Amino acid sequence: MDSISIEGTPKTPTVSLDAGTGIVEIKGRSIPENSIEFYRPIVEWLEDYSKDPQKLTTVNIQLEYFNTSSSKCILDVFKKLEGIKKARNEVVINWYYEEDDEDMLEAGEDYESIIRIPFKMIEIVD
Amino acid sequence: MSFNIEELFKEMKTGEVLLAYKGSITAELITNVLGVVETKLNHVIDKSSTKKKIYNILVESLQNLYHHVDDLPGTTNNLDVHFGIFVISKDGESYNVRTGNFISTNKVKKLKERFDKIKSLSRDELKELYKFVLNNQMFSDKGGGGLGLIDIARRTDGQVDYNFNTYDADYSFFRMSVTI
Repeated sequence: MDSISIEGTPKTPTVSLDAGTGIVEIKGRSIPENSIEFYRPIVEWLEDYSKDPQKLTTVNIQLEYFNTSSSKCILDVFKKLEGIKKARNEVVINWYYEEDDEDMLEAGEDYESIIRIPFKMIEIVD
Repeated sequence: MSFNIEELFKEMKTGEVLLAYKGSITAELITNVLGVVETKLNHVIDKSSTKKKIYNILVESLQNLYHHVDDLPGTTNNLDVHFGIFVISKDGESYNVRTGNFISTNKVKKLKERFDKIKSLSRDELKELYKFVLNNQMFSDKGGGGLGLIDIARRTDGQVDYNFNTYDADYSFFRMSVTI
């Protein structure tokens, strides 16, 4: 299956989805007016990937900003990962946040409490 | 009292104004404004978490504005299409983001109720409401069931105010003010 690599813009994140290594990365900013279009190929890729995933899927989420329009789409991404985990595969989610950014840490905790996969909260210190 | 958009705009420009805009609200404009304000914030604020909070609130406020502007019918009013106003200012130690737009008067009651409810909630209650809406409500291209407003209230501990001015029988002017 193909990998996906999307270059970041001032309003959308850098995305890298690699079926060969099982590494999923979303980094940067996610503040488009309409997020559904942007996230559709990502959610679809995860749907395909979930049919034959790696034993271990590692997810790195490192967002500087995301808007509420993106927040639902990001939850959709996590729900797909939850499905992979339910099918008895290992899924590790690393949630990165910058030092002192309590809002971003709390956002990670919100997601963690909705989906049933523990997050690793990783503080980035300058 | 007669409706005067210049007066309302003036009222919104209190404190040290960093940016004030009156006219068409487009996606392109918002992108440009976010870029300009971010550069400005980098110069005036050292604390990264404060900068981020202001930026986040600006994104939500302006995108709310973009999605919810109602156009007045007809061409007699001399206003740009998709008309809205916003002001970003500093008042002492706090920052303010104020937006204003026309809405159909039949939406006023519901919007008031939503604001009053959100303003009455505690921090924990806002967190639970946010998670509930995130997980249960259908989202559209216009956004997510008022999640933007809940998000703003959470980030500012409820420091969000609103008011309405009557324009005519069918339209009102809605203003929102967020203090950070």
